[in-house]
Amino acid sequence: MSNITDLKLVELVDKIKKKELSSTEVTIAFIERSKKSKKLNAYISENYENAIKKAKIFDQKPDFKKKLSGIPIAVKDLFCTKNIRTTAGSKILENFIPTYESTVTQNILDEGGIIIGKLNCDEFAMGSSNETSYFGNVQNPVSENLVPGGSSGGSSSALAAKLTPATIGTDTGGSIRQPASFTGTVGLKPTYGSCSRYGIVAFASSLDQAGPMTHDVKDCSLMLEIMSNYDTKDSTSVEFKRENYLNNLNENIKGKKIGIPKEYRVDGMPKEIDELWEKGIKIIKENGGEIIEISLPNTNYALPTYYIVAPAEASSNLARYDGVKYGFRSKGENLIDMYEKTRSEGFGDEVKRRIMIGTYVLSSGYYDAYYLKAQKVRRLIKNDFDEAYKKVDAILTPSTPSSAFKIGEKLNDPVSMYLNDIFTVPINLAGLPAISIPAGHDKKGYPLGLQVIGKAFDEQSILNIAFALEKNISFKNNITDWWIK
Amino acid sequence: MSKNNGEYLIIRNDNKYEVIIGLEVHAQVLSKSKLFSTSSTKFGSEPNTQVSLVDAAFPGMLPVINEHCIKQAVKTGIGLKAKINKRSIFDRKNYFYADLPQGYQISQYKNPIVGEGSVTLDMPNGEKNIGIERLHLEQDAGKSIHDIDPQNTLVDLNRSGVALMEIVSKPDLRSLDEVNAYIKKLRSIMRYLGTCDGNMQEGSLRADVNVSVRKKGDKKLGTRCEIKNVNSIKFMQMAIDFEANRQVDVIEEGGSIDQETRLFDTKKNETRSMRSKEDAHDYRYFPDPDLLPLELNDNYIDQIKKDIPELPDEKKKRFIEKFKLSPYEANILVSDIEISKYFEEVSKNSDVKLATNWITGELFALLNEKNIEITESPISSKNLSKLINLIKDGTISGKIAKSVFEIMRRGDKDPITIVEEKGLKQQSDPKELENLINKVISENPKNVEAYKSGKDKLFGFFVGQVMKNSNGKANPKLVNEILKKKLN
Repeated sequence: MSNITDLKLVELVDKIKKKELSSTEVTIAFIERSKKSKKLNAYISENYENAIKKAKIFDQKPDFKKKLSGIPIAVKDLFCTKNIRTTAGSKILENFIPTYESTVTQNILDEGGIIIGKLNCDEFAMGSSNETSYFGNVQNPVSENLVPGGSSGGSSSALAAKLTPATIGTDTGGSIRQPASFTGTVGLKPTYGSCSRYGIVAFASSLDQAGPMTHDVKDCSLMLEIMSNYDTKDSTSVEFKRENYLNNLNENIKGKKIGIPKEYRVDGMPKEIDELWEKGIKIIKENGGEIIEISLPNTNYALPTYYIVAPAEASSNLARYDGVKYGFRSKGENLIDMYEKTRSEGFGDEVKRRIMIGTYVLSSGYYDAYYLKAQKVRRLIKNDFDEAYKKVDAILTPSTPSSAFKIGEKLNDPVSMYLNDIFTVPINLAGLPAISIPAGHDKKGYPLGLQVIGKAFDEQSILNIAFALEKNISFKNNITDWWIK
Repeated sequence: MSKNNGEYLIIRNDNKYEVIIGLEVHAQVLSKSKLFSTSSTKFGSEPNTQVSLVDAAFPGMLPVINEHCIKQAVKTGIGLKAKINKRSIFDRKNYFYADLPQGYQISQYKNPIVGEGSVTLDMPNGEKNIGIERLHLEQDAGKSIHDIDPQNTLVDLNRSGVALMEIVSKPDLRSLDEVNAYIKKLRSIMRYLGTCDGNMQEGSLRADVNVSVRKKGDKKLGTRCEIKNVNSIKFMQMAIDFEANRQVDVIEEGGSIDQETRLFDTKKNETRSMRSKEDAHDYRYFPDPDLLPLELNDNYIDQIKKDIPELPDEKKKRFIEKFKLSPYEANILVSDIEISKYFEEVSKNSDVKLATNWITGELFALLNEKNIEITESPISSKNLSKLINLIKDGTISGKIAKSVFEIMRRGDKDPITIVEEKGLKQQSDPKELENLINKVISENPKNVEAYKSGKDKLFGFFVGQVMKNSNGKANPKLVNEILKKKLN
């Protein structure tokens, strides 16, 4: 059964339900392929034995009413998983084993999913290339020495390489959509408040949102349906009517008004990306959608705003990693010395950089000029979208201003690295849902993505538009198994 | 120091200094669970047995507001006649300490739940209003224990996350007596409302004390020092007295006061500098993104208002009007909700005047002696009212009542039973009394003669003899009447 891992999530669920495949067969297939794919370094922790045990138990008494009956799945190592080590890609949590389960992974377990491992990511999700992980770089299966994007780089790599039939990531400024774009996969960041943040290692609380990463839009709809719920354990979780996204999935976009923001035509953007965008516009028109030029005038301020708000919240969120209660501790002469050594040795450079920025922008004397102003600009950015949505149902943009880059290429140039998130960051600041779908390749043959941005809590519309685009684009990921000897 | 007209002044070299005091009281919210978690708040449990994943700040844990604590804060705000803010915001106060697991304390900084209000104090020279600046909700920290392990500091997180109300007064207090009265009044209001048990021994009520001095007559406030975390009224008074005198000394020597945070050393009875303004922490306050702004609607606040019980000020007014008590008596009886309840129970079925005297006299002496609260009183309100009725209807005299009380305190026995068993019923039968009196007269002919020749003072001697012979049971009023008739 060498082709089990080629199946998509919805197909696998179907085959298990029809008893054409057992959970054990499927689980072993993905584990075997994962074992052969160590070179990608997609996993931080493996849960193989336990997963096979669970698959066997499932097969003994299968419950086919569940939406993920017996499906193996590897998840980003930012989700706390009961009794499975959770590191957030950091030395400071190298040996941390939670006694509790995040709401999102619990939802997956409740629907019959089986966790086969924890996937690599940038340290505390701070990065766009997975190069800040304490557990090393991750290879993009598209090509050797290419970054898989970040921070959900282990997730995008494992998904594109078919080590897991679907996965989940977190997206604070583009950490799902950018790696999806870099690996030719689908990634969705839901509306803020759709998926519970309970049990997800926090980066920037007002921006963090978990979301699905899958091979196609159908799989994405199914995963979102499973992940999203109202959760009283998260005060920012929102009670709204969650759709049966998969059942309602529909490629008819006739009469849909799609906005094209002129501010996203940035200088120096590769020609292929422009062409890709035009291709998307053409497909929408051909399918009866209406294209409307819109303006999001404060787009230029999104990145600086993000790099004030996110580090500010991070500097406070990461204060708990102090060596006192759990995680890594370095010996010190006294309390202060212990803190300094623990945090100096336990955190990597990018995390330290952001803690420093965040501490600075919150300091008295700078608060008004930075944090407070950033909050005001954030409101303006949200107003831009509100204004636009009076005219359009959704917005179409490229996902990233470039395709995947080489490992090491941007590591010493943080600003150039940050620029990677230019199209994704405004959406987090506005709390909106957005999906990235693979839409073509650049001249090097690396995948490129298109992003569909929706109204708050209107995930169904962007899934439908993405579904229509996907059908007409018929993207093929040219992945050879180069990493398997 | 001098106390003229209740004024608290410090005098040096003919200069009179006024002391300006403001208090930041930290009152633990009476609540079974913590402000943002479901852990118990029970006092005195084994260390680290009341700690949830949220309290210990495990990765991915999120605070969820305990609605009961919001209600308690609003209630307290109403009790302080304060403005309830319909929108308040929880901020993060960032600093590192071993007993602060999150690395920040969640507290309301710019937008507290309760705004300006006031507390009325009954001072010997009249009422005085103390302004309340604000009341906000915040988390308590854990406890660092330095003296168990010789090498390490140990941390107990049982208190971590417990809800506190910080009640900030305006700098309206001017004397140690006012500080005493203010703390007692706050405590009393919160106990009436059931929002804080006010137990200072268990740390449910602590205060940071702001002290400054200025020459009497000056309008401008002096530079203040803040004395952190003082946990009894006595220590507050000692700390203020020391600190005010210290500041006066500095000024008199030509120096100036530095704004700083100081610690009160209870053993040495002195305050010491902890950190100056320059070294002050930069707490990097910002709104906690894990919590939405707290929005209250009018209906919610009105609902709470409806449930507010009669508070000490109103109760005092009622006691004066209804029971004709003096303001002084009323004050004592309303100072504590339990005392007022006890009083109302006793006076419901017996004479108000006697009830007041017996509660503030014998009963308080007993409680003081045993160092117990009125709720733990060995004598129930029901039995005390029976005792009072026995006095009122003449069954026993006040003196006998005291010995009955002595028996009651050993086990709350019904005074009627005691009186019957011990045969303590007052002798009020005129014939029996006459017999007793005749006997005394016939046994003391010399004294009778002396009395009749003008030694009026001997009358007391005859009363005493009669009482003695009756084992104190003779009705003194009747004895007086009959004796007078017999001797004159």
